[in-house]
Amino acid sequence: MWKFTVRRLLITTPQIILLSAIVFILAKMMPGDALTGLIDPTLSQERIAEMREKLGLNNPWYIQYRDWLAGVVQGDFGQSFKYQMPVTELIWQRVINTFWLSLVSTIMIYAIGLPLGIVSGRYNDRLIDQLITGYTYLGFATPVFIFGLVALWIFGFMLGWFPTGGSVEPGLEPGTFEYILSKLHHLLLPSLSIALIGTVGTVQYLRSEIIDTKQRDFIITARAKGAPERRVYNRHIFRNSILPIAAFFGYEIINLINGSIFIEQIFSYPGMGNLFIESIMLRDYSVVTALVLLSGILAILGALLSDIILSVVDPRIRIK
Amino acid sequence: MSNPLLEIKNLKTSFRIGEKYYAAVDDVSLNVNENEVLAIVGESGSGKSALAFSVMGLHNRAKIEGDIFFKGKNIANLPTKEMNKFRGNELSMIFQDPLTALNPLMEVGRQIDEVLILHKSNMPKSQRKKYIIELLERVEIPRPKHVYNQFPHELSGGMRQRVIIAIAIANQPELLIADEPTTALDVTIQAQILDLMRELKDDLNSGVVLITHDLGVVAEMADRVAVMYAGEIVEIADVDTLFNNPQHPYTRSLLSSIPLLDDAQDKLHVIHGIVPSLKHLPREGCRFSARIPWIEEDAHEEQPTLHEISPGHFVRCTCYKHFYFPDESKEDQNHDVAKS
Ligand SMILES: Nc1ncnc2c1ncn2[C@@H]1O[C@H](COP(=O)(O)OP(=O)(O)O)[C@@H](O)[C@H]1O
Ligand code: SF4
Ligand SMILES: [Mg+2]
Repeated sequence: MWKFTVRRLLITTPQIILLSAIVFILAKMMPGDALTGLIDPTLSQERIAEMREKLGLNNPWYIQYRDWLAGVVQGDFGQSFKYQMPVTELIWQRVINTFWLSLVSTIMIYAIGLPLGIVSGRYNDRLIDQLITGYTYLGFATPVFIFGLVALWIFGFMLGWFPTGGSVEPGLEPGTFEYILSKLHHLLLPSLSIALIGTVGTVQYLRSEIIDTKQRDFIITARAKGAPERRVYNRHIFRNSILPIAAFFGYEIINLINGSIFIEQIFSYPGMGNLFIESIMLRDYSVVTALVLLSGILAILGALLSDIILSVVDPRIRIK
Repeated sequence: MSNPLLEIKNLKTSFRIGEKYYAAVDDVSLNVNENEVLAIVGESGSGKSALAFSVMGLHNRAKIEGDIFFKGKNIANLPTKEMNKFRGNELSMIFQDPLTALNPLMEVGRQIDEVLILHKSNMPKSQRKKYIIELLERVEIPRPKHVYNQFPHELSGGMRQRVIIAIAIANQPELLIADEPTTALDVTIQAQILDLMRELKDDLNSGVVLITHDLGVVAEMADRVAVMYAGEIVEIADVDTLFNNPQHPYTRSLLSSIPLLDDAQDKLHVIHGIVPSLKHLPREGCRFSARIPWIEEDAHEEQPTLHEISPGHFVRCTCYKHFYFPDESKEDQNHDVAKS
C-alpha cells in the first residue's frame, strides 16, 4: 500500500506544476491586466506605465511566471487590488468559512445519502424505492443554484427560520457558545441545499451497487451458511456496497467546490466561492489565480485521497 | 426400516415468467440415505440446481409444492428463520463456481468463521481460530495459518473450492449437497477435489447429493444415480445397474456420449439438441420425444410415468423397448445384410 501511495504522490507533483502553469497562462490571457480594474481616471498615463513597470507586468510571461511561482511557493499570492491586502491573508478567513460549509455539507450528504441508498437498494422496485428514485431524478434535473434560491426564499425570507446571508451574527464574541451556534445556524440552509442536490449521486450509486451485490453468488453462500437476512445485508451486501462509496469521498471534494461557488453567492456566504465570483467581476486577478490554483490542488488531492482510500478498502487493489 | 435422511416427495419448483409459473422441477420424488451418495445427472438446464436450491430453501422467488423431509421434518417452504438452523449446520452445500462463491472483500478465515459463529455460538474465538486452521489442513490447503488471513483473489480456483468445502463441512453436516463441485475447475484439479470429497464423505458418514453432468464423476463417487431431463426424473438405479443396463433413451444417450479414447465412433450416439427453455418445455406427453424424431409417433406413451422394472430400478415410460439409436439400427441392417 505504501508503494502505491508513494507512486501516486509522485504522479501528483507534475500534475500540480502543470496546473499552476495553466492557471497562470489563462490569467494572462484574460483581457486587461491587474491594473485595468482599478484605474483611477485621474491617474496620468506616465503614472500607470510606471506602476506597470514596477509590478513587472512588462516582463516576458516566463519571467512573470517564475516570479509568481517563487512567491506562491512561499505562500505569497501577491496583493489584492480591491482589498489592498495580501491575497493570502484575504483568502485565509474565506477558506476557513468554506471549510466549515463543506464539512457540514459532506456530513449531510452522507447522512441523507447512505440511508436512502440502502433502503432504495434493499427494497428495489417497491414503492419506497420508487419514491427515492423519483427524488434522485428531480435532484439531477435541478441545478443547485435554483434549488438554493428557492430554499433561501422559502425558509429564509418567507418563513424566516434561517438567516439570509453572512456566516455569523455580527457583534458576537468569537469562541463563545452563541457564536458557534450562530455559525451553525448560518451554515444549515446553504449546506442542506448543497447536500440535498449533491447526495443524489451517492443515493443512485449505492442503490445500484446494492442491487448488483444482492444477486452475487457469495450472497447465496452466506444464506447457505444459515446467516439470517439481517446479517446477510449488514455483513455482506451493505459492507461490500459501501466500500466503493467510501472511495468516492475524495471526488466529493470536487463536487463541493463546484457547489459552493453558486451556493455561497446565493446565500452571500463569505467563502472562497463567493470571493471567486466577486474577484472575477472586479478583475482582481491575483485573487482569482490564487483561488483557481487552490481549488485545482484540492481537486487533485481529492482524487489522490480517493485512490488511497480505495486501495485501503479494496484488498484486490491493495496488494498491487 | 429407519427413515431416509432426505425424502423428497412430488416436489414441484416453479418460476414465474410473465404472468405464469413454469415448473423447472416437476413432480420429483427421491430418497437419500445416511452415508449414501446419490448422483443427479442431466444436461445443463434440466433442473438440477433448481432441485438443490429447493432443498436448501435458497430460492427467493419460486413456488415450491410437495414435501421435502429432512430427518423426518418437512422443510419445504420452512420460514427462513427455522431453515437457518439447518443450513450450514446439518445441511450444507458446495457450489459450482469457487471464483464467485466467496465474498471478495472478506478474509478466508473470517468467511469460515461465520458458519461457526452462526451455529457454535458458545465456542470462544481462540478455539474457533484453532479449529479453522485444522479445517484448512483437513481440506489440504498448504500454509493454513497464512491462508487464514488471505483474500479469495489471492488463491487459485482449486484452493477456493477447498475453502468452500471447509465451510460446508465445518459443522459436520448430515447431508451435503454438491452442485457441480468440479465443473469450473481444471481437469487435474477436478480429480484432486473429488478425491478430497470422497475422503471427507467417508469421515463424516454423511449423505451426499452430488449434482454433475460428468458421468466419470458418477462412476467414481455415486452409490445411486438419478437421471434428470427437463425437470423430471427419467431413470433411477444403483450405479452398477445404471451403467450396465440403462433403459431410458436419455440415459442411454448420456452414457454413450461419454467420449471414449479408443472409440471415436461413440460420439455418433450423442443425441442432438438441447434442453428446451423453461417456457417452451412440452408439458404434455413425453418431454423427450422431440429429441428422438426417428421413433414412430405411436411408439410413445401418452403420459409416461416411472415404473419399477427391477427392485430399485425406476424408468419413466415403458416404450424404451421400442427405442433404438439410428446408427444401431443401421448396424443391425448391416448384420442382416451380412447374414443374407
Ligand atoms: N430463478 C430462476 N428464474 C427463472 N428461471 C429459472 C431460475 N433458475 C433456473 N431457471 C430455469 O430453470 C431451468 C433449470 O435450471 P437449472 O436448475 O439451473 O438447471 P441445471 O442446474 O440442471 O443446469 C432452466 O430452464 C433455467 O433457465
Ligand atoms: S414416450 Fe417413452 S419412448 Fe417415447 S420418448 Fe418418451 S420415454 Fe422415450
Ligand atoms: Mg446448475
